[in-house]
Amino acid sequence: MLEIKNLHAGIDGKAILNGLDLTINPGEVHAIMGPNGSGKSTLANVLAGRPRYEVTQGEVLFEGKNLLELPAEERAREGVFLAMQYPVEIPGVNNIYFLKAAMNAIRKHRGEEELDAIEFLQLVREKMKVVELDEAFMNRGVNEGFSGGEKKRNEIFQMAVLDPKLAILDETDSGLDIDALRIVATGVNNLRSEHHSVLVITHYQRLLRYLVPDFVHVLANGRIVKSGGKELAEELEQKGYDWIEENVA
Amino acid sequence: MSAVTTLREEAAERFATLGWPTPRIEEWRYTNLAPVQKVAWRVDEAPAAADSPASLVEKGATEYVFVNGRGLKPAAPLETTIADWERNAMVALNTANMQDGARIEIPAGQIVDGFIHLLFIGKGDGIWSHPRNVIAVGANAQVAIVETYVGSGSYFTNAVTEISAGEGAVVDHYRIECESLEAFHVGNVFIRQERGANVTSRSIAIGGAIVRNETHVALAGEGASVTLDGLYTGTGTQHLDNRTVIDHIKPHCESLERYKGVLDQNARGVFDGKVIVRPDAQKTLSRQENRNLLLSETAIVDSKPTLEIHNDDVKCNHGSTIGQIEQEPLFYLRSRGIGEDEARNLLVYAFAAEVVDRMKIEPVREQIRRALFQAIPQRLPERRGEAR
Repeated sequence: MLEIKNLHAGIDGKAILNGLDLTINPGEVHAIMGPNGSGKSTLANVLAGRPRYEVTQGEVLFEGKNLLELPAEERAREGVFLAMQYPVEIPGVNNIYFLKAAMNAIRKHRGEEELDAIEFLQLVREKMKVVELDEAFMNRGVNEGFSGGEKKRNEIFQMAVLDPKLAILDETDSGLDIDALRIVATGVNNLRSEHHSVLVITHYQRLLRYLVPDFVHVLANGRIVKSGGKELAEELEQKGYDWIEENVA
Repeated sequence: MSAVTTLREEAAERFATLGWPTPRIEEWRYTNLAPVQKVAWRVDEAPAAADSPASLVEKGATEYVFVNGRGLKPAAPLETTIADWERNAMVALNTANMQDGARIEIPAGQIVDGFIHLLFIGKGDGIWSHPRNVIAVGANAQVAIVETYVGSGSYFTNAVTEISAGEGAVVDHYRIECESLEAFHVGNVFIRQERGANVTSRSIAIGGAIVRNETHVALAGEGASVTLDGLYTGTGTQHLDNRTVIDHIKPHCESLERYKGVLDQNARGVFDGKVIVRPDAQKTLSRQENRNLLLSETAIVDSKPTLEIHNDDVKCNHGSTIGQIEQEPLFYLRSRGIGEDEARNLLVYAFAAEVVDRMKIEPVREQIRRALFQAIPQRLPERRGEAR
């Protein structure tokens, strides 16, 4: 589904990713762990097409298509979703209107009919229960006045509604209490299927107790320096990132 | 000779003395009426009846329609005038040539249900009109009045509205300028408030080639409060000039002013807002803000909020901002699959909608939302990709 080959990227002329390789097959859940500054968020942002990030070398194929030449909205329509680390507040753009516009843009791209208002509301209600968000939130501006945890749950809610093929979670767990963490994990676990893949980017291992990955990769200095199964996350938690840096140095 | 005839003649003389405003005058430094001045305007003596999609009669309005300055019934003679025709040339021009317009008198204590809609339709090239609205709201009375200006062709509307709000009166006033893009529009609103009167006046400027809207508020009784809300959205080569003067004459009055501008392509917007606090106006509260969104490299806005304070027992603040569409919200919307053009339009609309959302009359909100959706321009193809 996703093939990243020798990816070099950075921002404002500063190199951050230095030859990253990663392949994610349909149905797999991958976790990328790493210390601050290792390039985790850069990877998420490059994949989602955030402006200002520059790719200097390498390629990214999504279902065989060159992802890097698509604008952000087309990546989303192809089925890539980024749950953001810092979701922005957009007062004046109604949450529900926004989500419907997004949903219909994606459906149109897939050659599907737009959902009518009733079908859409049913879907929204069903998914909202999963993330335990109150319906009153939907009539506010996008993320307007949401707490940090509510913003993260809103990301997972949007993911659940838009049903992406590849969901990228950029430190969705940071700053969450244990209940919110469980809710986020449930949302992602509901998405899991043989057709859906997930890339979880995190600093800590605790989300991975609820959201068990098939593969764990350790990122350091812009490259994957170690890969393994879920037990690697536990090992990292015990030994700390210094252990990795000492080992690869 | 009747009083009105005398007034017209005096005003005509006054206009002859003052002449057309030019950018040499401080209050007109951003706006040049030369393109208006050079036309040999004429009055439409017998306007044909006209329909307009802007009619709100089916939405519960009590509606009066004026075509090229003429109403269905001739207006009653003008009784009083608080409009300053002696110093303001365009008001003098209106007074000398004034036509029909609303004469509304709400008796003391009366609460008017629903809202009154004054619909002004301009039609045809080379026609000017000088509507004059006189609204007197009695003590403790309450009313909502909406003025809408629409039309087709290259005409010129020079309108004056006078609102006097008696003690404790509550007035919700709307002025919606959706003139033809070839038309010229000068509007003057004069508001005088007695003790405890509460007036909200909202000015929306969407249409017109050259537009100048002035709102003058006199807080003439203790404890009066006024809210001025404004929104101007320009594209092409539109020129939209807003001038407001809030005069705190008596103590314990409050004024709140919030104007927003959205300028695209080669449009130019002006906000020139002045708050005067007189020596007797202790305990004045005043807040004034002007926020602008520029959508192109060539759009211009001049923002000039001014405070003139003559006593030291006041709380006043003012500010203005001029910015562009922010990249973070734009990326957020795009990252969910919404195309760049639509995402931009959503953000522009969101910026403008704040003013609309505060309006109390639902059919008016609906109408302005529709007008905004049409006015918020489609992005130029060559500008696509700049955010990538």
